[in-house]
Amino acid sequence: MSDLKRTPLRDFHAAHGARLVDFAGWEMPVQYRSILEEHKAVRRTAGLFDVSHMGEVNVRGPDAGRFLNHLVTNDVAKLFPGRIVYSPMCYPTGGVVDDLLIYMCAVDDYLVVVNASNIEKDVTWMREHTSGFNVIVTDRSDEYALLAIQGPRAAEIVQSLTGAKLGLVKYYHFTEATVAGVNCLVSRTGYTGEDGFELYHAPGDAVALATALLEAGTPRGLELAGLGSRDSLRLEAGYPLYGHEITANISPLAAGLGWTVKLEKGADFIGRAALLAEKQEGSPQQIVFFKTGDRRIIRADSSVLAADGTPVGRVVSGTLSPILNEAIGSALVAATAVSQPLAADVRGTKLNLQLVNPPFVELKKTSA
Amino acid sequence: MSTIPAELHYAKSHEWLKLESDGTVTIGISDYAQNSLGDITYVQVPKVGASLKAGETFGVVESVKAASDLYAPIAGTVVAVNGALESAPETVNRSPYGEGWMLCLQPAEAGAVSELLDAGAYEKLVS
Repeated sequence: MSDLKRTPLRDFHAAHGARLVDFAGWEMPVQYRSILEEHKAVRRTAGLFDVSHMGEVNVRGPDAGRFLNHLVTNDVAKLFPGRIVYSPMCYPTGGVVDDLLIYMCAVDDYLVVVNASNIEKDVTWMREHTSGFNVIVTDRSDEYALLAIQGPRAAEIVQSLTGAKLGLVKYYHFTEATVAGVNCLVSRTGYTGEDGFELYHAPGDAVALATALLEAGTPRGLELAGLGSRDSLRLEAGYPLYGHEITANISPLAAGLGWTVKLEKGADFIGRAALLAEKQEGSPQQIVFFKTGDRRIIRADSSVLAADGTPVGRVVSGTLSPILNEAIGSALVAATAVSQPLAADVRGTKLNLQLVNPPFVELKKTSA
Repeated sequence: MSTIPAELHYAKSHEWLKLESDGTVTIGISDYAQNSLGDITYVQVPKVGASLKAGETFGVVESVKAASDLYAPIAGTVVAVNGALESAPETVNRSPYGEGWMLCLQPAEAGAVSELLDAGAYEKLVS
């Protein structure tokens, strides 16, 4: 794995027994002890994730806000300094380039957090569209390490290491603060459906911060958690993953992310015409979430079948919910088939898909 | 390092076999196999009475990561299966050589077990 990129915590992970795998060109911990146990720890107490592979792109200049509002489907104009918005960034077709978190640091200064696998594509895409806007797009990914601490006891653990009043940092807000002596951008966000924080900091501080969080958290039930549980937690929460529920060919409307597409935000944006037409005509295919009542996982790319056995779609994500103790997943299905009985074949056994409006489990995150 | 008990026999497909005193053979998967699979979420074993050929698929072990076929290292008739794995497949992770056993065969040929790998040969295979 010598040609893989490493986060500043690679040796920390290895020392804590992580199983390291290639994820989007990064050597990342998929698990430490057990994916299922790490998942449960996040739902019950807290988990600590290294997500330093994520990309951070600085968009700066007098037109930064207007530029971003032109690029993304959600309404960037509603932001104020310290506020975050989640948004897809679309192609003119309505398909998705990537999904982003946009942090407004100042009126002319935004931090855009992007998926690790999409950093180069996103930066190129952004720069291709700067014409007419006074902005500078800078890839700052190498300047940030990122730790996510998630779970019902996350706030208590972080609060024990900082003088900042975390109660004042509401969901999808952020502040600058010192945590365990480390300067951080403290963001009340996450990808698990639980309350928690994402702590952006200098790579040189990552080991000290992770060590302090682990020491403060262990007596409170915190466990190190890998990308395996990060994926099962996000699926249980009903959150999309780029390349699965949203792709260049699956629009945010088809993915059930209509709430992020602000067609009437008062600014034209890339993909608006296509998304407006798709909204009026209905998406030809839709992402649905399902459970089966069975423990057999229905893997991505399995066919989804109508009652007569005709393929009407395919599974895009599948795992076992450690909380429900049954297989859950998501599938891209022809809109005409969504209200019909659906099934999938697992090694010769036909399992009926019970459609569910996610989240699959009750979540305790603070409201936005 | 995975545990490889000296008294067991092993297949290249990572099943272990234990020759019981009554001549039956208990089969499970090795510590190396469970560790490679990660969290085991589902185990499918045949019914008691099923007749298995050597090398035949007898079931499936599924983890969060992937589903893998299980192979009968020797021919025989299934005389017992571990029904507890249906509701607690994670037992295979916790106790691959003990409570996580999968099935018990009456071998078609006495002596078939001794043709498999011993602990030393299996250790070379997985190291």
